[in-house]
Amino acid sequence: MTVARALPAMLVGLILLFLALPIVVVMVVSFSSATYLTFPPPAFGLRWYSVYFGSDDWLRSTWLSLWVAAAVVVLATLLGTLAALGIARLPKALRVLASALILSPLIVPVIVVAIGIYYAFARYGLVGTPAGLIFAHTCLAVPFVVTSVNASLAGIDPRLEQAALSLGATPIGAFFQITLPLIRPGVLVGALFAFITSFDELVVALFISGSGAVTLPRRMWDDLLYQIEPTIAAVSTLTIVLTVVLMGCAHLLGKRAAA
Amino acid sequence: MSEGVEIRFEGLAAGRQSGVRLPWRLSWRPVMPLLLAAPLLLFMLVFYALPVLSMLMRSVNDPSWTLSHYASLPGDTVFLKVFSNTLYTSLTVTAGALLLGYPVALSLVRAPRYAPLILFLVLLPFWTSVLVRSYAWMVLLGRHGLINEALLAAGMIDRPLRILNTPLATQIAMVHILLPYMVLPIANALRQIDPSLARAASGLGATPWATFRQITLPLSMPGVAAGVLLVFVLALGFYITPAMVGGTREITLSMLIAQQVDQLNWAYAATLSVLLLATALAIIAVFYRLPGVGHTLRASAR
Repeated sequence: MTVARALPAMLVGLILLFLALPIVVVMVVSFSSATYLTFPPPAFGLRWYSVYFGSDDWLRSTWLSLWVAAAVVVLATLLGTLAALGIARLPKALRVLASALILSPLIVPVIVVAIGIYYAFARYGLVGTPAGLIFAHTCLAVPFVVTSVNASLAGIDPRLEQAALSLGATPIGAFFQITLPLIRPGVLVGALFAFITSFDELVVALFISGSGAVTLPRRMWDDLLYQIEPTIAAVSTLTIVLTVVLMGCAHLLGKRAAA
Repeated sequence: MSEGVEIRFEGLAAGRQSGVRLPWRLSWRPVMPLLLAAPLLLFMLVFYALPVLSMLMRSVNDPSWTLSHYASLPGDTVFLKVFSNTLYTSLTVTAGALLLGYPVALSLVRAPRYAPLILFLVLLPFWTSVLVRSYAWMVLLGRHGLINEALLAAGMIDRPLRILNTPLATQIAMVHILLPYMVLPIANALRQIDPSLARAASGLGATPWATFRQITLPLSMPGVAAGVLLVFVLALGFYITPAMVGGTREITLSMLIAQQVDQLNWAYAATLSVLLLATALAIIAVFYRLPGVGHTLRASAR
């Protein structure tokens, strides 16, 4: 009896170890004192963090990634929220068509999106510019904003808005006082997803960042081609902490919105 | 509702000038949702849809209208090898993710005390970028990585195994990266099973295994199908992981496409892209016809 119960638990434990181990190992390696990649580290230190914070190249890429992601958040949240409000009220045929266009980046393999964007952006003169990255990343981020705002909209009782209107609110007043506060968690979750989508994006950046707009994931990729030294582990650890905190916020917000 | 406001003012103004009343407002009302959606739709047309479509068109109009790029694919040994390798990788990764994902999904639903911890461990890799996770596997599987060091220390091998830069490394890392996409839909389907069914089965004398096999497993199938669909389609288009840990000998379709673009061989890259996209869409179309899959997918997307 005890064996029959302990065995599945051990099995699941091993699978969970498989899930967590790689991330834990990267975090441990980032505090290594060795000059090459080895596990377990011979001793611990902050050497690779000081390399990262002392490197203009790494810091420049970090700032670029952060502000490109911030611009993507503004653009994707604004366009996506407006579109979600509009699409919910479109006639069915148009709604299906518009949703298909907006959600398709989730289905089309990212390499196809990346080379398509590269093909056109080369002609638009957008390769190697932050603007090119912002436009491309916004297209990839928008599906998350629209689905998340849409889910919030679906949970709203339409009578609330009607009540506001019948009590004399203007439609714009009703939107800002009733609808917007109710969908705010959905908008925020969408914004967080938009940030992460841009901040972590690599495949499109590989093709269009050129030498003028090297994002953080792009610099990590370039670095990995030459050497696997622990600086990347330090950068990875920092991005893991950032994304886990943001996604954790999105998860909790999403839960609260659903409740 | 938000859509009436400017229109109403405009309608009244127009009405006063021309002597016509409400029709303005009535005819504007259905246009407002379109105006709200238009900026995004235009943006995506210019920066996403037209770029991708114009690139894909290179497969039929390079140098002039022709289907020759498609016609030569069945005799193209490089393409055939890469395509079958991509399908094989996606299949093994899907099977691996199902094998590891089902028990985790089951424990997520059956062990409520540990559910928050299990959910965190499932979501942790989900929230970490593919690049970082692929790098983590480079660290683990390398010559001096954790796996080799552990096996050497345990005396199970005499010299480091070559795992990094092999198809096995790609498969291990991809199962790790895609596992959450399998666990979440299956857990979702399991949660919707009425617990009284299992109680009734055991009350009628079924063993736990028979209850699982005859009640739980069949009723969780929509979740399994949704997970299989997600993992398989995502695996088909994987680029970063195979390029980082899989070596250069056995490449995937995505890697071949990227190579062709580097050589400015746009017609071939576009043809391969159409094929990759068509394969993904065909699989999605087949799975959506299975009962319950669409619903489970939408439910787990939330």
